[in-house]
Amino acid sequence: MDNVLLLMEGIDKTFPGVRALDQAQFELRAGEVHALVGENGAGKSTLMKVLAGVYAKDAGRILYQGKEVEIPNPRAAQTLGISMIHQELNLMPHLTLAQNVFVGREPRQGLRFVLDEKQINAQTQALFDSMHLKLDPRTRVADLTVATQQMVEIAKALSFDSQILIMDEPTAALTEAEIEELFRTIRQLRDRGVGIVYISHRLEELKQIADRITVMRDGRYVGTEDAQAISIDRIISMMVGRTIFESAPEVPEHPDEEIVLEVKNLNRGSAVKDVSFKLRRGEILGFAGLMGAGRTEVARVVFGADALDSGEIYVHGKKVDIRHPRHAVRHGIGYLSEDRKRYGLALGMDVEANIVLASFHKFLGLLGVVNNGKTHATGKHYVEALTIKTPSLQQKVKNLSGGNQQKVVIGKWLTADTDVLIFDEPTRGIDVGAKSEIYHLLNELAQQGKSIIMISSELPEILRMSHRIIVMCEGRITGELTAAEATQERIMTYATQRRLLVAANGASQNDSAAQEV
Amino acid sequence: MATSEVTTTAAAKRSIFRSEAAQKLLAFAALIVIFAFFSIVSPYFLTRDNVMGILLATAVNGVLALGVTFVIITAGIDLSVGTVMTLSAMTTAVAITVWGLPIPLGILVGLFTGMLAGFVNGIIIARMSIPPFVATLGMMMIARGLALVIPAAIFGSVRPIYFSDAPAFTLITMGSIVGSVFPGFPIPNAVLILFVAALIAAFILSKTVLGRYTVAIGSNEEATRLSGVNVANWKTVVYALGGLFSGLAGVIIASRLNSAQPGLGAGYELDAIAAVVIGGTSLSGGEGTILGTLIGAFIISTLTNGLRILGVPQEWQMVITGFIVIMAVYLDILRRRAR
Repeated sequence: MDNVLLLMEGIDKTFPGVRALDQAQFELRAGEVHALVGENGAGKSTLMKVLAGVYAKDAGRILYQGKEVEIPNPRAAQTLGISMIHQELNLMPHLTLAQNVFVGREPRQGLRFVLDEKQINAQTQALFDSMHLKLDPRTRVADLTVATQQMVEIAKALSFDSQILIMDEPTAALTEAEIEELFRTIRQLRDRGVGIVYISHRLEELKQIADRITVMRDGRYVGTEDAQAISIDRIISMMVGRTIFESAPEVPEHPDEEIVLEVKNLNRGSAVKDVSFKLRRGEILGFAGLMGAGRTEVARVVFGADALDSGEIYVHGKKVDIRHPRHAVRHGIGYLSEDRKRYGLALGMDVEANIVLASFHKFLGLLGVVNNGKTHATGKHYVEALTIKTPSLQQKVKNLSGGNQQKVVIGKWLTADTDVLIFDEPTRGIDVGAKSEIYHLLNELAQQGKSIIMISSELPEILRMSHRIIVMCEGRITGELTAAEATQERIMTYATQRRLLVAANGASQNDSAAQEV
Repeated sequence: MATSEVTTTAAAKRSIFRSEAAQKLLAFAALIVIFAFFSIVSPYFLTRDNVMGILLATAVNGVLALGVTFVIITAGIDLSVGTVMTLSAMTTAVAITVWGLPIPLGILVGLFTGMLAGFVNGIIIARMSIPPFVATLGMMMIARGLALVIPAAIFGSVRPIYFSDAPAFTLITMGSIVGSVFPGFPIPNAVLILFVAALIAAFILSKTVLGRYTVAIGSNEEATRLSGVNVANWKTVVYALGGLFSGLAGVIIASRLNSAQPGLGAGYELDAIAAVVIGGTSLSGGEGTILGTLIGAFIISTLTNGLRILGVPQEWQMVITGFIVIMAVYLDILRRRAR
């Protein structure tokens, strides 16, 4: 094949504390759909953002149409004919479709600073017509569905006369019919000779749309295969094929039979669909799935941070009504957000203050005066018990490392007497050494009789820690595995089991409901 | 896409009640109601002189509010417009009475002063990444200080500068071009200036590149950046434009008072922000119209005027205006939530 459009080689990119890309490489031909796959954090989006001028690479080179190019900003990428449709849609909701398509390069009238709105609308209309989109260019973006906005983004990208179109998870928010429409558009573009990079978690989609598949793992290039020849199982094993934990996995103690938390038929919009599960005393229940599978949403509903549409929650066998996080705390449920800095900690306050924050009422004396002696004792206790590395109790939490911050959050919830702890990505942003400390801590907590739900996108972590694993995909539970049954391949199979497959298994009535959302 | 057609028409129907047009209509209706109310309760309210008074009183706040509208649409804020206005009045007075420059040049000095202050705001915000609230709070104090320093440096004491040598200066706002054409309508020039400035502002906001990027930045700054727009530069231009309107307000107020008063100006920024917000511009950015701002400014001055005629003490006027601001924003939030 001599029609290589793009070659990226030796690309390095480091963010503070994370090596996002390590000698990554990628090749794209004209007129092909090239899928880029990998686990969360494998570096797919980062690599493509380097290509689109969003991030600057630390090292490596980009050959475009045979010539080495530098892409310092999005404008430069657009000028070269490289457009990226980002995962989070990048439209201005208050502007019209036409205004969005032409933002930054509006046709002008006589005077250079006056916009030619007629031209803007007419050219957009022509563009929509060429894509068979029945849309009025004068509609405001805010009034459109996500799927339609997606099509507008594609139209915008095409209006740059793009030779390369990068799509990051384009189908994440689309229904089956909308995906079909999107695929039709993609095939048209491919036939016109556009090179399309297609980032997706949905492996079974790739057979339909991709010509070649490149797999990335931990910021590195793993391999490129013919999409039709390779099996999904093989892709999965390429994606997960790593052994990060040299140490032997912790031996999971068998949990009690006593059920601490039970959730029945939980529903919330399209994010949580008919979710039911039980959590036993002393159990670590892993929640696996890809980004956007609805795991965090389930946790937020159980914790009362979001309202449920329907469903029941039982704590120690009694039905409870949780409409606010304080109700959850009263029932002994604590939630440790993946975004510690935003939801878990008062960063500007010291260690002691953070530990007592969720149970302040316990430390109040007469007239609401804080009993400093008591808060001090409690703070000291948890700093020792959890081996939080801090120079003093008065150290501001923002100056601690990620691992120690996480321990402070854990201390906070233990002080609040919670016995169900929901950990959302407990080791995100924590370095490898501190990770194993957090794992030990989780195990200890479980052995002390705390029940733990651990949401994690890192399969090795899920496999190592969980007594039982629930796998979610698109808001519903697609599988449940015991520690003994679970393998990375099995989890990935459930995690990519989309609506169609589930429908075949007899859940079709929910499916039609989902289409309407 | 068969579904998209249906979605857009449904959306169009929805937006009839919840659009910006509805908000403007609401503000306009409020203005009419306030007008009607005062006309009924006071025989003096709907006299020609009083209506002229209301129009005149709106001129300064209205012009300030025009500039603030742009800033707020970018999801920013400008607290410095009041004292920058005063500083511009001072430089105009110095240029005309101390340096002896002709009046048109003196006016240009005032406009330039305002624009420069706004430009500095923009640089601090867009290049030094200092939040607009802090940057313009600092500028508010700087401009206030400078307005006091200028007369102190020239005359050895802080005192107003009067335009006694340039009697024509006062005619710029208090004369009436309209009145000389239509003798029955002696609308002061200050009001004419407000309307012309509003027309220009509306043109900039809806027809020019600057206006488009003002809305785009406020709507989704990151997306605007990713579309290849130089967001930092355009933000700077927006603040400079805001400053230019402050400069214009400075010239107007100096001409109206036939003097530059160094101690004046603090508090004007809040009235201007209130006018913008009552007019339906969203503090979270992306939405807002010049017509709305104009109506907002008229609501404030009509209220102030009417309450004064009814003999409501000034303190209470403030309390009532405060309520109106909160109610206006609350209505806006309700409208948004319903969407």
